[in-house]
Amino acid sequence: MNEKNNSLLVYTLIYFGFLYIPVLFLPIFSFNDANYMSFPLAGFTTDHYEEMWSKRNLHKALWASVKVGVVASVVSTAIALLAAKAFVRYKFRGQNVSYGAIMMPFLIPEIILAVSILIIWINLGFPLGLVPVTIGHILFCTPFAMLILIARIEGFDFSLEEASRDLGENAWGTFYRVSLPLYLPGIIAALLLSFIISFDEFILAFFLSGSDATLPMYMWNQMRFVKKLPHVLALGAVIIVFTTFIVLLAFWLRNVGQGKEKKDIAIKL
Amino acid sequence: MNENFIQINGISKHFGNVKAVDDVSFSIKEGEFFSLLGPSGCGKTTLLRLLAGFEYPTNGNLLIDGSDITALPPDKRPTNMVFQNYAIFPHINVEQNIKFGLRKLGLTDDEIKKRVDDVLALVKLEGYEERFSGQLSGGQRQRVALARALVRQPKVLLLDEPLGALDKKLRDEMQLELRTLQKEIGITFVFVTHDQQEAISMSDRVAVMSEGKIQQLSAPNELYKNPENIFVSDFIGETNFLRATTKSKDGEHINVTIEDLGDFKVKNNLNIPENSSDVVCSVRPESMMISRDKSDWDICLEAKINQTSYLGEMTRFYVEVSGINKVITVSSQHFDNQSFENNTCFISISLEDISLLQKK
Repeated sequence: MNEKNNSLLVYTLIYFGFLYIPVLFLPIFSFNDANYMSFPLAGFTTDHYEEMWSKRNLHKALWASVKVGVVASVVSTAIALLAAKAFVRYKFRGQNVSYGAIMMPFLIPEIILAVSILIIWINLGFPLGLVPVTIGHILFCTPFAMLILIARIEGFDFSLEEASRDLGENAWGTFYRVSLPLYLPGIIAALLLSFIISFDEFILAFFLSGSDATLPMYMWNQMRFVKKLPHVLALGAVIIVFTTFIVLLAFWLRNVGQGKEKKDIAIKL
Repeated sequence: MNENFIQINGISKHFGNVKAVDDVSFSIKEGEFFSLLGPSGCGKTTLLRLLAGFEYPTNGNLLIDGSDITALPPDKRPTNMVFQNYAIFPHINVEQNIKFGLRKLGLTDDEIKKRVDDVLALVKLEGYEERFSGQLSGGQRQRVALARALVRQPKVLLLDEPLGALDKKLRDEMQLELRTLQKEIGITFVFVTHDQQEAISMSDRVAVMSEGKIQQLSAPNELYKNPENIFVSDFIGETNFLRATTKSKDGEHINVTIEDLGDFKVKNNLNIPENSSDVVCSVRPESMMISRDKSDWDICLEAKINQTSYLGEMTRFYVEVSGINKVITVSSQHFDNQSFENNTCFISISLEDISLLQKK
């Protein structure tokens, strides 16, 4: 049986090539000494990165994205934690309906969500800006955070909470001393992934941000000018590295302290 | 000694249409090793959880040492529990697990240290303070769970099948150890198990449960010798049932016709009425005698051996008696499967060993 069938291997290589080669162009051209994305490469330079650091509007957009990302990830993880606990621990009336309602922003086209929020927001007479973007991101991130936390809490032994009550702790003490430390890796994973989703998000920001650009909005604006393309490539390369790191960290954290058998079902998203 | 240390008064617990516990009343004595015994789904664990405060009764009330605990949450009750899976907190070590429940008792650091050291010595876990649950064997986890509950010095210790996860050898050891420990510290134990041998060997008294009700509550030897109904007779140990019809009473005794065997006079402890056909006779396999020759016992029947199973300390024979359409189980310490030629034997029964029981 030495004859190996390599067709699956070839398929796999083509698949990954298709996925990642376009992404690799970004860092390659970000070091290329030219304004156009074309071969042959013109020479190595770090000018685009220096240019990136000097843009004040970029800093403003970055700061806007960080603010929105932090608020959206904290709020959506908090909501998701309570919801996930309720869905896993209890059986109640309207369980499927409320589960569906929370998952809905994940399923309906984002542009519909964006337009709906825009219409309501304007009719209420509020100004566009980072506040409606944050609200939109909370809606959009909560289902992701909830799926992560449900996966974590499903493996949780609830007799630990009963043991804590039995040993004299009330409901809050039990949450603080037993549940929270054991959920913590899942909570951090949910925070990180929600942050990344918010940080990358374009459509909601496009409709709702008004003049307060987030980072993806900034990049999109710059793309219209040929001369500004290279430093967007540099920015893109930095974001790829940063995002990859956070996602890996999030997946690793989600599995911390869970038995080996649990790791297989971890990638449930 | 308080005879009514734990009072269970008319307790019911319904889950939807299911009556997990159905109007149960009894008392547990102070310092007693009390077992709730029954098959799975009989309501024994629900009753224990009602005592712990993890469930609240649909009806009835619960008293411990004179005070009503029916509405108290688990953290306000004078009980502690050893969980079936031990529920050792995995994120803290053995010492922190044991100290977990001491935080709210208002003890000084010295008192805490003394209690922890004492309880570690009691369960023989000195030197394991720094270990985490993942680094402990099943038996050690069980000791941590025990220590964590006992260190709070509860009035009542609740144990939910704590030996179920251990292998047989260790289980036998822990049975003896738990029993010794309980006598040493004098705390009332309420022990839930489905293992009748475990309940009988450890307990002062046993409540046999089935379908949410107490079938019989008595000392272990009474359960075995004088079962009050068919369920208990069948659940505790092994037995043979023979259908019968009662006739006239004769003082403490009653005349019965045992199907296919004839008329006999047997004791009537349960005061079963005359002329009832809803009656069975129960005979334990070890109370019968198996022999090569005819005996002069009250009943002696010729039989054919169908099957034997050799159990070491005894051999169990499954025999067929001519005229009785039923396999009868007999056990013997003297004979084994080599002892009989042509598989023919005699089985003898003394009327004293027949228990008369009423069908439901």
